[in-house]
Order: sequence, then structure tokens, then C-alpha cells
Amino acid sequence: MITVTDLRKVYRQGKKEVVALDGVTLSVPKGSIHGIIGHSGAGKSTLVRCLTLLDRPTSGSVSIDGTELSSVRDSEIRAARRRIGMVFQHANLMDSRTAAGNVAHPLELVKTPKDKIRAKVADLLSLVGLEGFENAYPSQLSGGQRQRVGIARALAAEPDVLLCDEPTSALDPATTDEILDLIQDLTKRLQLTVLIITHEMNVVKRVCDSVSLLSKGRIIEHGALKDVAGDLESKLAKALLPLPASEPLKGALQGGPVLEILFAGDNAKEPVLTGVARHFDIDLNVLAGSVETLGGQQFGHLRVQLAENADYDAVLAYLHQRGIGAKLAGTKTTASDAVDLDAVDLDDADLDKTQLGDAAGRNS
Amino acid sequence: MNDIFSNPVLAKALPEAIVETLQMVGISAFFTVLVGLPLGVFLHVTAPGGLRPMPVTNRIMSDVIVNITRSIPFAILMVALIPLARLLTGTSLGPIAASVSLSIGTIPFFARLVETCLRDVHHGKIDAAQVMGSTKMQVINKVMLRESLPALVAATTTTVVTLVGYSAMAGLVGGGGLGKLAYNYGFQRFDVTVMIVTIVLIIVLVQVIQLVGEQIARSLDHR
Repeated sequence: MITVTDLRKVYRQGKKEVVALDGVTLSVPKGSIHGIIGHSGAGKSTLVRCLTLLDRPTSGSVSIDGTELSSVRDSEIRAARRRIGMVFQHANLMDSRTAAGNVAHPLELVKTPKDKIRAKVADLLSLVGLEGFENAYPSQLSGGQRQRVGIARALAAEPDVLLCDEPTSALDPATTDEILDLIQDLTKRLQLTVLIITHEMNVVKRVCDSVSLLSKGRIIEHGALKDVAGDLESKLAKALLPLPASEPLKGALQGGPVLEILFAGDNAKEPVLTGVARHFDIDLNVLAGSVETLGGQQFGHLRVQLAENADYDAVLAYLHQRGIGAKLAGTKTTASDAVDLDAVDLDDADLDKTQLGDAAGRNS
Repeated sequence: MNDIFSNPVLAKALPEAIVETLQMVGISAFFTVLVGLPLGVFLHVTAPGGLRPMPVTNRIMSDVIVNITRSIPFAILMVALIPLARLLTGTSLGPIAASVSLSIGTIPFFARLVETCLRDVHHGKIDAAQVMGSTKMQVINKVMLRESLPALVAATTTTVVTLVGYSAMAGLVGGGGLGKLAYNYGFQRFDVTVMIVTIVLIIVLVQVIQLVGEQIARSLDHR
């Protein structure tokens, strides 16, 4: 388990002070994967450098299973670093070493006997699915294979925590999925604590158990994936379950109120919409929707338009009563105003809109 | 053609001149690498943002010593260093004495090349090595030097080729070797054959050094 408490990092640029991390607190239990998502400039790189002790934090602490890392003396810093294995965006392998040589590198540093190194390296390479590539140089490997070597190397010193800094951002979608599956599999098998720092929501959706949203050096939202995704008000939910921009339909339902509805877990299986239609005897239309399985739970995010005369307060009450997140997204009817969806405004979250779903980009 | 074999100068003095040139180049190359490599590493590591920043020392080493030495034309440096050569080797003549000024002239040049090679090692590799718990010496030995080895071999090749040129110059002020042969016989006695033969030999020497250097660098490069 890794615990970060009120981590602050202030850089000096001449006379100016730049606050890169402004009190980051998070905690990741053993055997789980935590995603830290944020825009470039949000402080992700600084956080990585503070966690690996490449930079000393200005204040605050980083501890693994209760052992404080951030305040160790310089002489103990190397032992402390070995408790965290790190996977880099570009693998950062040594070009002069073979795959086996790269995995052996951390073991050589502590004078491990040669035969032990050989056995351990063979184990690690088969663990990441690279049997038979012992003697290949990084230049002879594909991007995904290089990243596998990088993961094997990160695990060589048997760390408690695996820190992945944009591990898939340089890979194609198919390879990304393979590497994420591998990380997920290793987490379970080796009972690792994994931190994935990324700007890709897809990575969070696929493997993370919990997630933090980092913005301007602060964590502005965090929680288990199924909790944040089920909260209609959270920025992460909007990014996890993005809705495309849509205009209210003209025609039968023109002028009707527009609702945003978020189903989570068991609710996603209920025929709620037809329930509303029958109960209130009104017509309704789905304008946009997104359905995903996140953290093992089904989620549905819908934008629906009701008939003009519908009593939307009653409909909202009906939905809330059944534990379904719902809110009025807009009642404006003219095309120029379209749907008033300030709901999907991610601007203050400082997230890159294109990376976090189109809905934000088109509506703000 | 007959001229080459019957030329008394070539028959008697040439073998000795070749040996002297090889001695000068060999000895000074050895000392240049021996001193220049650590100096280059030191310059890189102590630079601002380096592995162990030492701003003041780095400034002094870099600006004062290396840049001043490099800005003195070699012909002048060589003459100026004759007293030092006499102090160290007991004589101001011969290839061994010339090696003193040759080494001092090329050490800063080589150190700068080493510095550039090390700077080209991707910073992510150094981060990776530090995160896995390397000491600073381990980072230098196992990452910086090892990863830039092909470039370092190429830099050494360039330096040795430069040394061949400098050694011809050193020949003029008492170092001996092919440079002296070409000057004494080819230039002062108008012996065209001697001149041509020495030029050809120097060209062959440079080509061989370049070829061998490139081969070694290529065999080490796995990028």
C-alpha cells in the first residue's frame, strides 16, 4: 500500500515560485490499480519525480506500507527507490544491452550472483511473455515488446509499488490493450500496488480500480471508479461516460425539457425509460447515450427529451426515488440555444477536451 | 619507381621516421584518452543540471582550462611547452618529448568530444538507472559510458587522426617522425620522391585509423 500525504513541490524560477504540486494526498491499497489522470501541466511529471525521489518534495510524505520514503537520508535513497519499480512512456531501455541484459541491470547493481541473475531474468521474461527474446537488442524489438522488457526490468528488484508513467501513450491501440492486460494480470498475480499516470481516459476505463483527477497540482476528484462514474455531477463521470453533442429534436417533441440520466449497477438493467413513459403516459426520445462497463459495473449515461407538456419535476422525483441519477439539462427550445449543457464543461478541470471525450469539446 | 627503392634517404631514414611517428601518435593517444576521458566525464557530470552539479568548479575547468588551452594554436602551444617536456622527460628532442605537448594539446579537445558524447545519452536512461537504485558511479559506468561507447570510439578515432596531423607539426620542432622527414628532405632538399612517399604514408595511416575506428564503433552500436 502506498500513501501520499499532502505532497507539495515548489520550484524556484529566478525570483518566481512555481507550485507544481499543491498538497496531493492519495492512498492506494495493495493489489489494486490507481489511475492519476490529468492534462499536461497538471503536475503529473512532478508527481512521478517526487514519488521516485528523483526530486525531493518540498513538504509532505510518501510512504510504502508505513515506511517513510520521502525523508530518508541521501545514503538510504537508493534502497528506498528499489521499493518502487518504474515503467516509462518510452521504456527507456539501454540500447547497448540485450533484453536479458536490461532486465538484469537492476540486479547487477546490488551484486546478485550471476547464476541467480540468469534464473531470475528467465523467469521475468517469461512472466511478461518474452521467452526466446533474451538476446534481442531493443532496436530489434517492437514498441510493445520493449515496454514488456521495461515492465520485467521494473519488477526485477521485487518492488512493492509499480509506478507507470504514461505506459501506453507511445503505443498503438491493440498494443495498448495488451500492455494494460499484462499490467492488470501482474497486479493480481504479484499483489502489486500500481499507480498509472496517464492522460488517456481509456487506460483508466480498462484497468483502474480507482482514479484521481489531477489539476493544477491538486487532486480535485478521486474515488473508486464505480463511485465517480455513478456521480452525475463529477467531472470524471462526464469524461468516463461522454455524451456526444446533440440538438433537441424538432418535430413531435419540439420544446420539451431535456434530462440527463445516469444509471449505475443494477439500475442499468431496469427498463427505466419505458417505466417513465408508462407511468406518466408521455412520449420521450433518446438524444444521446453511452453505455460502458467500468470497474465491473454497468453504467449508462443518457440524454433524453420529454414531451413539451411533461412535468419534468415529477419525472426527476420518480427517477431519484429509484436511485437513478437524473437532472434537468435544459428546457430551452430554440435551435440557437441548443441544449444548455454546462454540465459537460470540463474547462475548469483543465483537461484536454479531445482526450476526454467529444462532448466537452463541442459544448463549451 | 626505381627511384623509391634506390633513394638512400628512404632506405635509411624512413623506417625510423615511421616508428617515431607511430610512437608519438601511440603515446599521446594513450595519455589523451587516459586523462581526457575522465576530464570529459567530469565536465559533463558537474555541469548545471548534471548528475552532480558543481557550478564553480565546472566553470573553472570548462572556461579557464579547456577553452584557454584550446584557443592557443597548436604550433605555439607546442613550442611553449618545450620546457615542460624537458622537465618531464629529461629532453626536448625526440618522439617521447613531443608526446608531452601533443597530449596536452589534444586532451582538452578530446574532453570536449567526450562531453558531447555523454550529453547525447537520453536523459530517460539516466532516470531509469537512478530509479532502479544506481549509485552515481554506476550511472556513469553502466549507462553514460556504456551507452555512448560507439560515439566515444568515433571521438577517439577523430582525435587520433588529429594527432597524426599534429605529430607532423611536432616533427618540425624536434619530435622527428614523418613530418621531419618530409620537411628536411622533401621541402629543404627538394627531394620530391621523399615528399610524395611521406604524404602517401600519412594518408594510408589516417585511412587505416579511420577504417579500424569505424569498424569498432559499428560493431558496438546496437541502436
